[in-house]
Amino acid sequence: MTLLDVENLWVKFPSRQGVFDAVRGVSFTLGRERLGIVGESGSGKSMTGRAILRLIRPPGIVTADQISLEGDDLMLKSERQMRDVRGQRISMVMQDPKFSLNPVMTIGQQIIEAYRLHNKARKSEAYAKSLEMLEAVSIRDPERVMRAYPHEMSGGMGQRIMIAMMLIPNPEILIADEPTSALDVSVQRQVLSIIDKLVTDRGMGLIFISHDLNLVADFCDRVLIMYSGRIVEVCDADKLHDAQHPYTRGLLNSLPRLDAPCDKLQVLSRDPAWSEAPSVSARL
Amino acid sequence: MVRSPKCECAPVSMLNVDNLSVWFGNGRDRVDAVRNASFNVNRGASFGLVGESGSGKSTILRAVMGLTPNWSGAISVDTKPVDKTRQKSFYKVVQMVFQDPYASLHPRHSVDQVLGETLYLHGFRDIDARVVKLLDDVGLGGKFRFRYPHQLSGGQRQRVAIARALAPKPSILLLDEPTSALDVSVQAEILNLLTDLRTEHGLTYIMVSHDLSVVGHMCEQLAVMKDGEIVEIMEVETLRKAQASHPYSQELLAASI
Ligand SMILES: Nc1ncnc2c1ncn2[C@@H]1O[C@H](COP(=O)(O)OP(=O)(O)OP(=O)(O)O)[C@@H](O)[C@H]1O
Ligand SMILES: Nc1ncnc2c1ncn2[C@@H]1O[C@H](COP(=O)(O)OP(=O)(O)OP(=O)(O)O)[C@@H](O)[C@H]1O
Ligand SMILES: [Mg+2]
Ligand SMILES: [Mg+2]
Repeated sequence: MTLLDVENLWVKFPSRQGVFDAVRGVSFTLGRERLGIVGESGSGKSMTGRAILRLIRPPGIVTADQISLEGDDLMLKSERQMRDVRGQRISMVMQDPKFSLNPVMTIGQQIIEAYRLHNKARKSEAYAKSLEMLEAVSIRDPERVMRAYPHEMSGGMGQRIMIAMMLIPNPEILIADEPTSALDVSVQRQVLSIIDKLVTDRGMGLIFISHDLNLVADFCDRVLIMYSGRIVEVCDADKLHDAQHPYTRGLLNSLPRLDAPCDKLQVLSRDPAWSEAPSVSARL
Repeated sequence: MVRSPKCECAPVSMLNVDNLSVWFGNGRDRVDAVRNASFNVNRGASFGLVGESGSGKSTILRAVMGLTPNWSGAISVDTKPVDKTRQKSFYKVVQMVFQDPYASLHPRHSVDQVLGETLYLHGFRDIDARVVKLLDDVGLGGKFRFRYPHQLSGGQRQRVAIARALAPKPSILLLDEPTSALDVSVQAEILNLLTDLRTEHGLTYIMVSHDLSVVGHMCEQLAVMKDGEIVEIMEVETLRKAQASHPYSQELLAASI
């Protein structure tokens, strides 16, 4: 079943030097699945995620033939209607977790407020729920964290707090932009298993943006590989290691490996033809 | 695997941390972020810090930089104990690349301003040429020079942060997850760059990463942290052979393979 249908999505940034196209005609669908987006830095992964929620700041421009959420075209919605979509139906964990938290409010105030926005609950109940959610993302001392401010959190704690908050509204779709990049492997696994449960038990759709190819191969169902604003290849996640495109191969070969030490890591030699080839459609 | 540059002379300690404890807050909100941590890094060596999220890795680096008010123990750089409040000369020797590439760049300063001001502050005057060279060094090139942080992707910002740290030509670089916000191809470029800089300038690195294969590639030795404490210091060979002795390090290794 298709939750989201994105067709011919462009993100453009006009400037004095001309228009820069950050995303160039990307098309894909999302079902009740874990869809990974990988690709090098600057390839347009975050802009794709943000454009779906129409969170591109001016002068940036988003165009698309459609971005339809269960048949409802988001491109036709007013800014006001989009606000309801954002909180309720589609949640996004931003790449910059601490930036998205309010620096002058305690973590507890923010989680409780988010919880009560979506649930009729008394303060004490909301407090208990919030503690529970922090525990669920493996925060060791949730009581202290509730009283703390964002700058008092470690990198990985900030990420986990954001994930806990984004899951409160029980969204139909979660867009997670590098949600676990600051987490050690064991905490990463715990956080992923929470997200995974929501996909398998509640049928949530997940867009998982990451540069960690091994993780995406392990965790996702399908993967889009982006290069210079386009999709160059789509594959089943478990086949990612057999990907054919020279760019994808280059990414795979640039990983350091504990079992194969080397002096220098392989780097990509980019071929201009990669960015000229039309974007591959990932619509099912 | 990166070998430290060959040196005929006996190893010289570049950074020594002895019995370091760091805490925040007080009463029920007191956090003992680091407890009795000790380690030594020789000139030209590269030392990894790995471990649980929230275990105190960033705090150790911040304490070395003089950014944590409450600490006890001893820290020496180049065999000299550091002053309680770090002098400007300290920051010519020790520089840090922060974990959060978003928070560490001023939103209203262009790349040119960030690098130019840092260079000026450290007494350089041929700023134009140096800004261009720094941008080249980190693989960004001139077209990014007049951009602002919000016009850069995550990886591009991290490269600016590395360029800024390199600006004063430091001898010790403290790198807090320098590539965790980067895609693997840029990671490879940055790690190669760090390797080159280290051989060319005899730099010393202390590098926090949650990615054991990155630490395995860059370092000769690493400390494993859990809950504010260093539970084990091991050679990278031990890591490769998965022969860690502390149960937590074993668990970490098992989860990474
Ligand atoms: N406001 C802006 N003005 C001009 N260009 C921009 C702006 N914001 C982003 N870009 C450019 O758009 C491109 C895509 O950025 P995006 O953030 O989507 O990259 P990404 O794939 O998420 O990279 P990373 O892995 O580094 O986060 C980049 O080249 C970036 O420099
Ligand atoms: N300014 C501060 N005020 C209060 N507590 C702090 C402050 N900075 C850090 N802490 C606490 O110190 C502990 C260690 O944090 P630190 O940032 O060193 O962890 P880390 O090992 O770098 O974790 P991560 O891998 O998630 O970045 C955490 O419990 C954190 O909440
Ligand atoms: Mg991004
Ligand atoms: Mg940290």
